[in-house]
Amino acid sequence: MPRQTFVLNGKTVTVDVADDVRVLWVLRDLLGVTGPKYGCGINVCKACTSHVNGRAFNPCSVRVGDLAADDEVTTIEGLPGQAGLDADDLHPMQQAWIDRDVAQCGYCQPGQIMAAVALVRKVRREGRSIAESDLDTIRNICRCGTYTRIREAIVQGAARM
Amino acid sequence: MVSVGREHRETKGPQMLPLEMNTSRRRFLGYVLGGTTLVAAADLVVASPASAAGVPTPPQVAELYDLNDFVTDAARPTANLVTVEVREDGTAHFALPRSENGQGIVTSTAMLIAEELDLPLDKVEVTLAPARPELLFNQLTGGSTTTTSTYTPVRVAAAVARAALLEAAAIVLGDTVELLRSKDGVITAPDGSSVTYAEVAARAASGGARAVEVELKGRSEFRMIGTARNRTDAREAVTGRKQYVTDLDVKNALPTMVCRAPTLNGTPVRLRNRRQVLRMDGVTHVAKVATGIAVRARTFGQCIDAIRAMDVEWADGPVAGRSDGDIVEELRALDPDLPALPRNPLAEVVEEEFLFYFRSNSPMDTNAAIADVREDAAEIWNACKVPIAAQETIAAELGLPPDKVTFHVVQGGGSFGRRLFFDAALEAARISKAMGKPVKLMWHRADDARVGRTHPMCTSRIRAVVAGGQVLAFQQGHTSVETDYRHGLGEILSATAADLPAGLGNMGFAQSIFAMTQELPYDFGAVAQTLVETDERFNTGSMRNIYSPDVRTANELMVDKIARKLDLDPLEMRLRFCRNDRVRRVLERAAEVGDWGRSMPAGTAQGIAIHKEYKGASACVAEIDCRPATVGRDVPRAVTGPRVTRVTFVIDAGLVVNPRGLEAQMQGGINDGIAQALTSSLHLRDGHFLEASWDNYFYTRQWNTPPEVRVVVMPSDSGQPGGAGEAGVAASMAAVACAYARATGTVPTYFPINHRDPLAFKPKPVVPPVPQSPTNGLKLTY
Repeated sequence: MPRQTFVLNGKTVTVDVADDVRVLWVLRDLLGVTGPKYGCGINVCKACTSHVNGRAFNPCSVRVGDLAADDEVTTIEGLPGQAGLDADDLHPMQQAWIDRDVAQCGYCQPGQIMAAVALVRKVRREGRSIAESDLDTIRNICRCGTYTRIREAIVQGAARM
Repeated sequence: MVSVGREHRETKGPQMLPLEMNTSRRRFLGYVLGGTTLVAAADLVVASPASAAGVPTPPQVAELYDLNDFVTDAARPTANLVTVEVREDGTAHFALPRSENGQGIVTSTAMLIAEELDLPLDKVEVTLAPARPELLFNQLTGGSTTTTSTYTPVRVAAAVARAALLEAAAIVLGDTVELLRSKDGVITAPDGSSVTYAEVAARAASGGARAVEVELKGRSEFRMIGTARNRTDAREAVTGRKQYVTDLDVKNALPTMVCRAPTLNGTPVRLRNRRQVLRMDGVTHVAKVATGIAVRARTFGQCIDAIRAMDVEWADGPVAGRSDGDIVEELRALDPDLPALPRNPLAEVVEEEFLFYFRSNSPMDTNAAIADVREDAAEIWNACKVPIAAQETIAAELGLPPDKVTFHVVQGGGSFGRRLFFDAALEAARISKAMGKPVKLMWHRADDARVGRTHPMCTSRIRAVVAGGQVLAFQQGHTSVETDYRHGLGEILSATAADLPAGLGNMGFAQSIFAMTQELPYDFGAVAQTLVETDERFNTGSMRNIYSPDVRTANELMVDKIARKLDLDPLEMRLRFCRNDRVRRVLERAAEVGDWGRSMPAGTAQGIAIHKEYKGASACVAEIDCRPATVGRDVPRAVTGPRVTRVTFVIDAGLVVNPRGLEAQMQGGINDGIAQALTSSLHLRDGHFLEASWDNYFYTRQWNTPPEVRVVVMPSDSGQPGGAGEAGVAASMAAVACAYARATGTVPTYFPINHRDPLAFKPKPVVPPVPQSPTNGLKLTY
């Protein structure tokens, strides 16, 4: 059985599993990291959105064998740490989500938050701040229809990031 | 018996009445139950007679006795089995016999307890009760009835607990109960001495079971109810710590999935390559069950690989070869003749028929259950709104007594009616039994969309008679593929009744639900709304707001059509014929806040609609942009189409426990209404639904959602809480449909309006039934 090594939420992890198993299942089924959710398995719903080396990615669509030993995977559990905060602290985007009481069922929200953080960073790299048209590009689906509060929370979270 | 009043508070009712004279609206009897911790219960059989007497005759049953009354009355006899516990650390605990899927009832219930117990909200923990068969009809979550049905019993139980704490404190502080004050979990005597709930909880619990009479707070005394609160699980949700079924770690419950048939509800004959599949990486077990071939493996990814490798012989399902058009024809053939109308040469008849295609209530969290079935007992974990029926059905299936099946109710990632059924729990139990192992069953998204429950296809035919500026008659014939109500009232007796042969039992439920939910709040002369249901071949159920979004959309489009005949503005038309003051008030407010009648460019328009249900009233003003540049905007792999640009939604939900939660439910309902009017439906083609992904089934996305949404929660003079979870859908869908008709000059006659457009996606294969996960994720980072 191949040994897979990568950095997860700041710590190096090693798992014995075949190369072609998608990272989502390695996280959820083998490592017990359940913040990233299954919603489709085909990179459509974006419920599993996490970060690899600081960029948003969807672990349902990456083979674990394609991760290098120094690739840094960050799930919602590691988001405060990624911002240099303690694990029990909240990232400003998480705090915005609480302030706006965004979650209903909550299932998609870890992915929404990880996508929001990456989107804010992306528009900043482009020398802009978040606009309505950027919010319109978010593909993460929320079947509870919390979109209105998601949009408000991203604007608030971005202001404090 | 101990009587505890609220003399230290402002009270309006009579004080310290003996029980026999207990006619005050706010005085109730409850029990302190013996034990090591303080446990308190309500007794509503004594306190309040059922309101079932004097149910009016149709056609407008819902006006006087609606679904909320029905569920509240059904729950009343067992309310005393619902208990609030105060522990020795001063915290209150309540196992809510309902199912939370995002609607906010855990939070609102904690607020009710905090209110009557005078505790801070964070000292109240509300969990979900496992299946409790002794609760009979009191463990069904549906019809937006939770708060209406639990509002009184939960508060009575909390008030009884507080009374017992005050009694105990009176002994400790050497004062009389009447002079003590409770606030934030601390009881204070006039001399300033005080004890905490934690300090007196054990004493309050001692002394054995006894009856206690309590008086509930009046509205003017509320400090918690009616204040805007965040969800109690908000932090868990945003940190990824909130657990759904598939997040639970149950020993040896390995990932399990099912390979399903290429036609809807087809059945497996045999797996031809069983040995090959069993040799695949990670696979531990394979078993044939009624619904397909199950596979258990180390990871879900390996389950997907195994399903894709399976070579299965299938028997066709009951709609093999059928497509949308066939079902439409079958429905139209059953359209009943609307009653004959008196001939009136001066009257004009306005007629229209509307068609509503199948829709999916698939939530984000697909059908999932953990089952550990042993020889002599079984344990199930599932997000389920009818746990008693689930427990009893699974027990019967496994040949076990019901008390040997433990059924844990887990929070669900959305429901929208889906979790009124326990399809995954039953399937998981069968698989665990067949494999002899614990299983963590998860439906693939493709299965959840194609095989999961749907809102049935239906038609609504309306005929109105207009003369002399009046509407003399308004007849609506609603014909639908059967809506499955075989969950009954949540336990096996009524579920069995609903499952009588030839759909007879189900039809009774359908007629009752229709009559108890549909109400046309206009003075339109002779109003008749009737329902015909047929065809048991589909997997259906009560999708959020059941009949109302379709019935209301048909109604409101007709109201606009009649308004044009009468040369009235849509708002003027509605105000002129409105026969309910609460509806009138929300309508006027929506028009005002939504700037009804403002000047808008060609190709854009406003639509206005109302709805009355769940002890409340709502009105919606929607603005839509149907101009070509908007309709044709480019978003990859998406349906764009007309954009709803602004929505104003006004709701009178009666007494509101948590306005922030209510607003959230309306915001969600608005997005549901938009989806159902414009973009989301299932296409039946050659015996199966085509949609297998969120990029096939076009629920509202960020590029569809209105940039401007305003929800107004009206102050209400009603002392009764109404329903929230479903109350936002009907008026939203209707307002969007009306806006679209006004913007385009064409009244749509089928929904969603894009259903007959060329497919916006390439359908995924049905063999294998689940798509493989892509591998290019590292190229798509941002």
